[in-house]
Amino acid sequence: MNKEEYQKLVDEFTPKEKKLKNAIVAFVVGGLVGFLGQVFVTILQNSFGVEVTESYVWLCITIIFIASLFTALGFFDNWVSKCKAGLFLPTTGFAHSVTSSALDYRRDGLITGLGSNFFKLAGSVLLYGMISGFFFAVLGVIIYG
Amino acid sequence: MIFLNAFLLSGAFCLVAQIILDNTKMTPGHITSIFTVLGALLSFLGIYPKLIEWGGAGATAQISNFGNMLYLGALEGYKEMGVLGLVSGLLSKSSAAIASAVIIAFVLSFIFKPKN
Repeated sequence: MNKEEYQKLVDEFTPKEKKLKNAIVAFVVGGLVGFLGQVFVTILQNSFGVEVTESYVWLCITIIFIASLFTALGFFDNWVSKCKAGLFLPTTGFAHSVTSSALDYRRDGLITGLGSNFFKLAGSVLLYGMISGFFFAVLGVIIYG
Repeated sequence: MIFLNAFLLSGAFCLVAQIILDNTKMTPGHITSIFTVLGALLSFLGIYPKLIEWGGAGATAQISNFGNMLYLGALEGYKEMGVLGLVSGLLSKSSAAIASAVIIAFVLSFIFKPKN
């Protein structure tokens, strides 16, 4: 049996309910990230007088800090594998991928381990984000003037 | 009601990503990259800033906001200093996210050991 046949077989036996459950979990967990983020920025804006755009930067840093710390403490991997898209799509996923590759490759040395593998997982987000951001901006300048 | 909007928008993003994950062969790496590019595209079309206005943190807590910030950074750079600004401004808005992720992950890798 080759890989494709095996995949077909797996798909046949994977119950539809599992996909539905995954979808619901992703929606609720992802929604909670957005909701808690909104609570955080609202508190910053109303109680500390932080500007709206600045509050989003603080939110971004806070999410990255929390997700990285939880990854380092060891239980975030488990959370991500349970909640899937609910946690890997928000900025939590970016922080998780950077921190987990940093932790995993640290023992292989500072340069050949940590240095060369630091962006192993997050690199594609950085690369394609920068490429698309740049070329859309060029296009925007040409079209919108 | 901004709190509800944030919940719904963030949830909807993750729901779409989960459906893609479950029904295609794409990995989380593919999906996060696609959503980043999608964020830049939506920003280019002028939609992403409206999503932020409507859903607040629901839009800014997503990886797609990274694409949005890169696009807006490059565009703002162009307005300030012309063609050079396209490259010098590209990372300006997203610097906080990248720099903090790098610094935090680096420091944590010296304090903690991987569990598995």
